[in-house]
Amino acid sequence: MSQKTFALLAWILVLGAILIVVVLVSLSLGSVNIPLGRIVEVIFQRKGSVEHSIIFDLRMSRILLGFAVGSSLGLSGVILQGMFRNPLVEPYTLGISGGAALGVCLNIVLGVSKIGGGLSLPLSGFLGALGVILMVYFLSARKTFRIQGLLLTGVMISFIASSLIMLIMAVSRVEELQGIIFWIMGSLEESNWFLIITMLLVSLAGLLAAYLFCFDLNALALGEEEARHLGINVERTKRMLFILASLLTGCSVSVAGIIGFVGLAIPYFIRLLTGIDYRFLLIGSFLAGGAFLILCDTLARTVISPLEFPVGVITGIIGGSVFVYFLHTGPQQLFRKT
Amino acid sequence: MIEARGLGCGYDSRFALKDINFKAAENELLGIIGPNGSGKTTLIRAITKIIRPQSGRILLEGEDIDGMEFGELARKMAVVSQGCDTEFDIPVEDYLLLGRIPHRKAFQFLETERDMEIIQRAMDLTDTARFRKRSLNKLSGGERQLVFIARALAQEPRLLLLDEPTNHLDIAHQVKILDLIRRLNRENKITVLIILHDLNLAGEYCDRLMLMDIGGVHKIGRPEEVLTYQNIEQVYKTIVVVEKNPVSAKPYILLVSEEERARKQSKTERSGHRNK
Repeated sequence: MSQKTFALLAWILVLGAILIVVVLVSLSLGSVNIPLGRIVEVIFQRKGSVEHSIIFDLRMSRILLGFAVGSSLGLSGVILQGMFRNPLVEPYTLGISGGAALGVCLNIVLGVSKIGGGLSLPLSGFLGALGVILMVYFLSARKTFRIQGLLLTGVMISFIASSLIMLIMAVSRVEELQGIIFWIMGSLEESNWFLIITMLLVSLAGLLAAYLFCFDLNALALGEEEARHLGINVERTKRMLFILASLLTGCSVSVAGIIGFVGLAIPYFIRLLTGIDYRFLLIGSFLAGGAFLILCDTLARTVISPLEFPVGVITGIIGGSVFVYFLHTGPQQLFRKT
Repeated sequence: MIEARGLGCGYDSRFALKDINFKAAENELLGIIGPNGSGKTTLIRAITKIIRPQSGRILLEGEDIDGMEFGELARKMAVVSQGCDTEFDIPVEDYLLLGRIPHRKAFQFLETERDMEIIQRAMDLTDTARFRKRSLNKLSGGERQLVFIARALAQEPRLLLLDEPTNHLDIAHQVKILDLIRRLNRENKITVLIILHDLNLAGEYCDRLMLMDIGGVHKIGRPEEVLTYQNIEQVYKTIVVVEKNPVSAKPYILLVSEEERARKQSKTERSGHRNK
């Protein structure tokens, strides 16, 4: 095994260890603090005790969802930044979040959720996201896949979607308004285990699928023409990666709302740690995205307990500050193009 | 090895190349020369399937490249293009390993012993092993060009395409790069297609030259057949003097400034008057 492979494996282990620590801390903290030492014991206890119910019903569900959403966003971000060769692209740049938000808004205003039940909000969010994905794809990717055109189309669709959302908000009633705002701020509170498991499977499947393209992404870092010289079918690869990243984002947004920053900055920091090798970047962003979102959610629900911050606020404040700090003091290669 | 038959192609509806016919034999070092905009790079892009021919065919070892997968093409030919990203922050060794991508099997995620051997050989051939750990963007222009060639060699190509590899380099590096390419051609039996701007270097190093002019082939042949002042003046619209290199006996092209041309002309006119 080469020295480099060894170093990359070591990083994956470190990130895995961080993830486990974050999960344990998150399980232990809350309105009732359960000491770290008791957690393993409680997990293997039989059902029925209060602590068991707190850990499994309240905290575990949020942690699993946080991991699934965070890792999906991290993965989607690293894929998009790779194929666009632009570190400022993030999962929401393509207008997918706007589409999902619009879907949810329409659902709330039209009162579908009262009839459709718990699954109707995520479903309408997903339909909105899917609508945007198809629109962006057919507008700018059907014939020749022009990266810049795709980006501009995505940004414009974001604008249109947010304008439409504002329009809807302007004419909606107060309680509907509250529902819309609450959804847009993003939350990992979800009691439906079907959704949580689905989201977990989506994120894992996303990692496996993306990993098949790790060398394509490595080659694409040299530019599209160079990638072709290396035997990559660039058009097909971009198409597949676009669809993959969009689906990951679409699913995340429809389950957890708009949680910013994870998909933008996590890939950035991971790239800083290890350089441009997608064999590691994909796994790294996946693990770090998950760990970061769990950490932020833990803070969101404990800092002003029993009240809660929206988790998107925490990711934005913490992540953004760290990012700006590094921008001015950190190593310069962080801000070189990919 | 590589052959174009009636090749025509271009960007959008504008034709950049019309009816190109040429053939590079196995183990040949064929130089492509011609003025800016004569379609040299477009020809390379057609051969690498970046743009599709609108007419005609390109055959690689007798097989139409239109029906070949990109991966298959990349195992047979490697390209050192002008478009190589020079601000790429990646260790030289990792960069060379990218050249092994076309040879990877499905689900092979780690480098094999053989991959490492091949990039080691590529580094030995190009004399780049001493900066294997350094970042690509920290190298000088000449060193970087050697690394680009090493990456192409990591693909184990039978055909090597180079687009002005000596651009912006000093004379020492120009000679070093072209000596290397000639060695690869002679000793490692790699067929080479190389675009060069410097006519003297092209004449010195290539077996044959293809002189291109506004999207067509003006003349193809041995350097002394192509580098005549008639051909050059016709294609480049520039007055030149062709001499012989005293050492290699290859054609050598000299340029004359406007001032000198005027002086020469007035001198001949004056001597003409005196004779009258």
